[in-house]
Amino acid sequence: MSGFFKSSIGRKVAMALSAFFLMFFLLQHFVINSLSVFSAELFNEVSHFMGTNWLIQFVLQPVLIFGVVFHFVMGFVLELKNKSARKISYAKNNGAANSSWMSRNMIWSGLAILAFIVLHFIDFWFPEINTKFIKGDWSGVHEGVEGYRYFHELQGKFVSPIRVAAYALAFVFLALHLFHGFTSAFQSMGATAGRKKTLQNIGKAYSIIIPVGFIIIAVFHHLNHH
Amino acid sequence: MNLTLKIWRQKDSQSKGQMVDYKVTDISEHMSFLEMMDVLNEQLVNAGEEPVAFDHDCREGICGMCSMYINGEAHGPDRGVTTCQLHMRMFKDGDTITIEPFRAAAFPVIKDLVVDRSSFERIQQAGGYISVNTSGNTQDANAIPISKHAADEAMDAATCIGCGACVATCKNSSAMLFVGAKVSQYALLPQGQVEAVDRVKNMVAQMDLEGFGNCTNTGACEVECPKGISLDNIARMNRELMKASLK
Repeated sequence: MSGFFKSSIGRKVAMALSAFFLMFFLLQHFVINSLSVFSAELFNEVSHFMGTNWLIQFVLQPVLIFGVVFHFVMGFVLELKNKSARKISYAKNNGAANSSWMSRNMIWSGLAILAFIVLHFIDFWFPEINTKFIKGDWSGVHEGVEGYRYFHELQGKFVSPIRVAAYALAFVFLALHLFHGFTSAFQSMGATAGRKKTLQNIGKAYSIIIPVGFIIIAVFHHLNHH
Repeated sequence: MNLTLKIWRQKDSQSKGQMVDYKVTDISEHMSFLEMMDVLNEQLVNAGEEPVAFDHDCREGICGMCSMYINGEAHGPDRGVTTCQLHMRMFKDGDTITIEPFRAAAFPVIKDLVVDRSSFERIQQAGGYISVNTSGNTQDANAIPISKHAADEAMDAATCIGCGACVATCKNSSAMLFVGAKVSQYALLPQGQVEAVDRVKNMVAQMDLEGFGNCTNTGACEVECPKGISLDNIARMNRELMKASLK
């Protein structure tokens, strides 16, 4: 089986498997974030559970980081290999005649998402790691904040309209990436036969609903911060 | 019609090539693209110049020899045709047409628009066949019942003429549509089952060895394929390799 993952198809399958994992992560992240629109208390409770549960923090979180790093590194490796498969470019190439912009520019939408993840880590993840793993504060409370601190921190991040705009732009790139990536992952797994149209429709729904949902959540908190 | 042609000229595989402009006049819209190239070459020969080298054989869309990347598309702007079936009525009087060889590291240019596609032959030799034991009691292939659906799908895959348009049009120069079709035409039939594991493993290994890129499922190959080979064949090849790797 190790030989399989060294082959071109094996690498496609590895990309698809990491994509499935990331798409599942994105879905649960979206569900939890959307709770913040309906109930601050519920969002705080779920966030505290996610942030302090040992299985999530010490098992799933490292798996997630590995999944993200693997998807990006493998994406770049494959892009470089693919570039080297054509030494001389065409003087005239009409890519739009036979394929979508999204499918031809996965590396660029991926790079935009990577830039967003760096921003997201600076914004949310590094302060969380600092609070819990360096300061050792697992209480989830903050001085001067009633109840858990998570909802308060979330609203604080969306006060700036520039940050909301940057956030929205990143999710547009995520939508473009998913628009091709969702069905592509199933195709790589060889799972599209007889259900391509259905998968394409589910893929379109997923790649629009999730990113637009995240943007709505950001705009909602920008308009409703106290 | 009168046309300006921008054609890739390259003396041999070692030389550096370049785009060269030519004018052709009085081209009939009923001509095939290759007939238009013949007119250009006649003009060049009469002027004492080297004619443009290009691959062609049957000129009826079944041999897979003609190639050419015309105005940014493999086999030109028409669909479901090879270059020899492309007609000049697809262009307008006064047009400038860019003509390049199929580009891929695994398809090195031999001269002008002629590329070496023997990498496809080596992939075929790695497993694109069924070994028949001709011991004297070989069963007639027609005696084995095969469902209509499987036979049709196998036949669809087998219509691949190995022209290389899939590689030429793919942004990654991937050969997976070709290899997928060649794997599928046997994977769908009972006769192909005996050697199925070795076939897909060896053909994919040879494909990787030849330096083709990875498929990123853009679907460009399916659109440009003159025989309409479906992406389903790539999915089937992926499944076949996964199954073979687990055995």
